Amino acid sequence: MKIFVCVKQVPGVSEVKIDPKTNTLVREGILSILNPNDRNAIELALTLKEKYTTEVIALSMGPPQAEEILREALAMGVDKAFLLTDRAFAGADTLATSYTLALAIKKILKESNPEEKYLIICGAQAVDGDTGQVPPELAEELKIPQVAYVLNVELTEKKIIAERKFRAVEIVVIETTLPALISVLNDINEPRYPSIAGIMKAHNLEIVHLDAVALNADTSKIGLNGSSTEVWKIFIPERKGDRVILRGTIEEVIQNLCQNLKDDKVL
Amino acid sequence: MEFSLTEKQKMLKKITRQFAEEYIVPIARESDEKQELDDKVFQKMKEMNYFGGCIPEEYGGAGLHNDTIGFSIIIEEISRADAAWGITTAVHNGVAAYPIYKYGTEEQKQKFLIDLAKGNKIGAFCLTEANAGSDAGGVQLTAVKDGDEYILNGTKIFATSGGIAGTLLVVAKTGEKESRKQMTVFIVDNKTPGYSVGVKEDKMGVRASNTSELVFQDVRVPQENILGNPGEGFKMAMKILDFGRIGIAAQCVGLGQAALEASIKYANERVQFNQPIGRFQAIQWKIADMSCAIESARLFTFKAAYLHDIGSEFGIASSMAKLVASEAAMQAAHGAVQIHGGYGLMKAYPVERYFRDAKMGEIYEGTSEIQRLVIAANLLKKGA
Repeated sequence: MKIFVCVKQVPGVSEVKIDPKTNTLVREGILSILNPNDRNAIELALTLKEKYTTEVIALSMGPPQAEEILREALAMGVDKAFLLTDRAFAGADTLATSYTLALAIKKILKESNPEEKYLIICGAQAVDGDTGQVPPELAEELKIPQVAYVLNVELTEKKIIAERKFRAVEIVVIETTLPALISVLNDINEPRYPSIAGIMKAHNLEIVHLDAVALNADTSKIGLNGSSTEVWKIFIPERKGDRVILRGTIEEVIQNLCQNLKDDKVL
Repeated sequence: MEFSLTEKQKMLKKITRQFAEEYIVPIARESDEKQELDDKVFQKMKEMNYFGGCIPEEYGGAGLHNDTIGFSIIIEEISRADAAWGITTAVHNGVAAYPIYKYGTEEQKQKFLIDLAKGNKIGAFCLTEANAGSDAGGVQLTAVKDGDEYILNGTKIFATSGGIAGTLLVVAKTGEKESRKQMTVFIVDNKTPGYSVGVKEDKMGVRASNTSELVFQDVRVPQENILGNPGEGFKMAMKILDFGRIGIAAQCVGLGQAALEASIKYANERVQFNQPIGRFQAIQWKIADMSCAIESARLFTFKAAYLHDIGSEFGIASSMAKLVASEAAMQAAHGAVQIHGGYGLMKAYPVERYFRDAKMGEIYEGTSEIQRLVIAANLLKKGA
């Protein structure tokens, strides 16, 4: 059994700056981090590895600097790491990204054991783009079932039983065959930090680079060419108005709130 | 000459900073008030291998025994969050675990080092006595040979982590005369009959770290627990402290860095006379001086660590690092309180704690005066 964890390098700040000319994030001088939800995904994979015999493989698409987060994944205890890096991958939207990730997963499976069952774990979304589209698109690309926002998962040789969050308070239990994809939020676990020994070990492991040629990629489906969406404008939402805190007894607060809503012509 | 950190060191810094900010920073004030290190943090620190930082993996450590710069980075980042955790980790590693690794027999390593490196036990180094402080040769605690055992009698004071330590390195007098050639270092288990913890000190700074009086009353220690050779204890204690001072220097750098960062943040936010106080030259000069002091302290610390790692003589470099770093931390903490004005005196702001913590550094592990004495004596001996 293999567990693939898809991870992304993101800017480690709560307030991003955007270059108005290129419509892209300003990355200079900003610390890069492993996307928070992806740390939860790695933690889940490692917890499953402690219980079941599996190999945990981390995958990331990004520039060569993204090695840093894969190194961190290795330091946490992931067995192998692959970086999908090529200038031709640049400018990819979520669709082109999913296609590229799917190719890499197929290639890795083909070169080890094509019949082997596998599970893909993704962080539900990345803190930079926040689309949450890659996990479902990746599952579609691979034509495998998916369960989103998983809170708990049990693994057997051929299937998974996953508890997923449904609306705010309900939990749905879903059983599906493997291979499958699940996505997780930060409520699933408390990710471990890499230990010093883990960090030392991780620096002796190789991170395999795969480019478009290695993946035998269709050039019309990768990078900017393969992207079906186009960014027209990117902006930071302006703060409108101020937060008002209403105090007092419940009756007073309700009355106050209703008056406020009437004043604002909401009611 | 290379001034950049290795990829490994960069990751150690980044991860330790994230870890410390998540787990240590939020409870630092509470730990200071309670005068106690938090248990949950202790468990987490154990999982991170911080207690085996400079011990090889084969003895349960993390493997930074040849990367003292990496070790210093860890201590700096922990201390940036809480200097009390910094001193506890630095002392445990630097003057308890590492000496056993460096000078211990294989049997001693199996028996004592592995538990220390894994954090199952905390280590302490016990030299100071009521009448033996800066004058370390004046140790009065005696160890009298009786068959293949030694009987220890006396009292140690101001032992960092003494009250929570499971394994102690104890410097004892093993001869009749008061002589530096009559001293021996013993490894003592805290379960040994006759050993007890006395007064727990109520300190000015690093209050969460334990500092205790330790009482030895007919404590029988087998002779195989002697670290190194009998009679060579003074020399060994000095060597142990040479390495230990690198960790203390790193602790001071981290504390100073925290004071600097708090000052920059406050100077940008606090508005007086219709502008952030950071616009005033009086504040700017302080911040510039603090930054220069800390950066030079960091470089001194890395230099001493580097000399250690290449197998060079590093004792004077570590004295210089400890001196410069402790005074830089004091300068930074002093500046930080001044920049914060009235708020700097209040417990609600961490700089009040930094100020108390920083003063400790100029005194423990050899006062500034002793460091100057050692540095100057060495220079004068060599001649111009």
